Amino acid sequence: MSDAALLRIEALRVSFRTPEGPGTAVDGVDLAVAAGETLGVVGESGCGKSVTALAVLGLLAVPPARIETGTIRFDGRDLLRLGEEERRRIRGREIAMIFQEPMTSLNPVLPIGRQVAEPLRVHLGLTEAEAREAAAGWLEKVKIPAARRRLADYPHQLSGGMRQRVMIAMAMVCRPRLLIADEPTTALDVTIQAQILSLMRDLKEETGTALLLITHNLGVVAQMAARVLVMYAGQVVEEAPVAALFEEPFHPYTQGLLRSIPVLGGRAGGAKTRLAEIPGLVPAITERIAGCRFAGRCPHAFALCREDPPALWAIGPGRRARCWLHLHPERRRHHG
Amino acid sequence: MRRFFQNKNFTAGFVLSAVVVLAAAASLLWTPYDPNRMSALERLEGPSLRHPLGTDQYGRDTLSRILAGAVNSILVGLVTVAIGLLLGVALGLLAAYGGKAADEAIMRLADLLFGFPAVLTAILITSILGPSMVNAMLAIGIFYIPVFARLTRAVARVVWEKEFIAAARASGIGELAIVRRHVLPNILSPLLIQGTIQFAVAILAEAGLSYLGLGTQPPHASWGRMLNEAQTFLDTSPWMAVFPGLAIAWAVLGFNLLGDGLRDVLDPKMARIR
Repeated sequence: MSDAALLRIEALRVSFRTPEGPGTAVDGVDLAVAAGETLGVVGESGCGKSVTALAVLGLLAVPPARIETGTIRFDGRDLLRLGEEERRRIRGREIAMIFQEPMTSLNPVLPIGRQVAEPLRVHLGLTEAEAREAAAGWLEKVKIPAARRRLADYPHQLSGGMRQRVMIAMAMVCRPRLLIADEPTTALDVTIQAQILSLMRDLKEETGTALLLITHNLGVVAQMAARVLVMYAGQVVEEAPVAALFEEPFHPYTQGLLRSIPVLGGRAGGAKTRLAEIPGLVPAITERIAGCRFAGRCPHAFALCREDPPALWAIGPGRRARCWLHLHPERRRHHG
Repeated sequence: MRRFFQNKNFTAGFVLSAVVVLAAAASLLWTPYDPNRMSALERLEGPSLRHPLGTDQYGRDTLSRILAGAVNSILVGLVTVAIGLLLGVALGLLAAYGGKAADEAIMRLADLLFGFPAVLTAILITSILGPSMVNAMLAIGIFYIPVFARLTRAVARVVWEKEFIAAARASGIGELAIVRRHVLPNILSPLLIQGTIQFAVAILAEAGLSYLGLGTQPPHASWGRMLNEAQTFLDTSPWMAVFPGLAIAWAVLGFNLLGDGLRDVLDPKMARIR
């Protein structure tokens, strides 16, 4: 975490008005992404990772959402203090986003060529012909076969994987400095996932864009990210370099996540083992919790966990964890 | 295009309404007789070779008047649907995206307009403004505004929730440009379908108003007006009423079938299946 961070979020708190009363979806998130870096953000559905991404882009619907506190600095500018018009000029130009559902993220009644060209016309003021030319080039870059002839195709003429390639082209045309990918491969077949990930890696290398990769899939993170942030119930619970996280996860939640990855054939030796799960559910955002948010599901929880919320302590070089076990390591239970 | 003609409703509607449009277009260039030319010697003649559809009480050629009346009907359809579309779509979009206050105001106004019986109010409007074709078009057009406003609001809201709108925003496209380039093209089909059906309704409504003497004024040819004039001679010259009546039925059926056919073909759920 150098000070030259391209994106730095500090103490971000986002609440939502819900029928059950106000709820906090993001509660004091800190994160930084350096230029050209890939940061993976991992967590279950509803842990606040997508809300954080939307807050960066300024796309949260206000109301029901409300940014209560915090700063989001991008390239030295405090995004939350910018006007709507200035934020719009950053979106798509400097920060772009890829969504989860390639089937619904493209406008069904517009040819894909026009959709890829649109950010170029809006942000760079290219003429229709220039933008079309550039769009064709980008469709080639994302390896769409016979790209030039495909410009006039409609989304329904493309497969899911092809559509996600179009989405990537659309996000990358203006060569943004930060690309936010929210579950970019979740809706795709496994074989297509690998292709899309490798395409994203290549493009990232070529353009030098930083990547904020949001996913619940630890496998995707392992392949793509240098650093990982684990979120739980609106908070960052662990941050670590990717290798360290997989070798030596500190937070019980991270450990649980890693144990719940299915392994083909089970344990070596042949005896099939039951896939581990984390018991219980993520608390609702409207729930008031005195201590640690994970205490209710944690196998190591003790009295202190239920009374006082732990802080996000630095536990090693480039590592942080939000867990009382840092101060009370003797409480960690070792079970086989 | 083949997709459209595989649909029976669409094909039948297309043929029927094409005949009306062609008849109207042709009448602008040529009619067998001047539709307003009177001839004291040829009054109330039955169908013959000289006058295929007979003549009226002033000796005017019914065929020529029906052809000229087609122009009238199409004009009314076009103008009223245009009024409804222009104002209705604008208000509907405003209701969908302009916030709760705008939404409430516009929709309650629409409810209010819907609350009045349409024909009675059209009669009221034409009696206040004076009977004329323009006023009849206005009266019908005003009733189309809430029809299109409600439809636009409903379909635009659905589109607004779609992920591609979020994606367009994430690309930095402005709100107005999103409405224009992403929302409008997506709601075009339902508007087109509704527009075609309202076109048929307008032809019928104008005929009704003209029949009551509140629409097109003499000596201009109008199907409804012709029915009105034929009423007196129903016993002696029934063809005077039969042919304009058939013309009305033909045109209304044609545009209704066209609308139904369009709905079958353009329905978003069906459109995916190729």
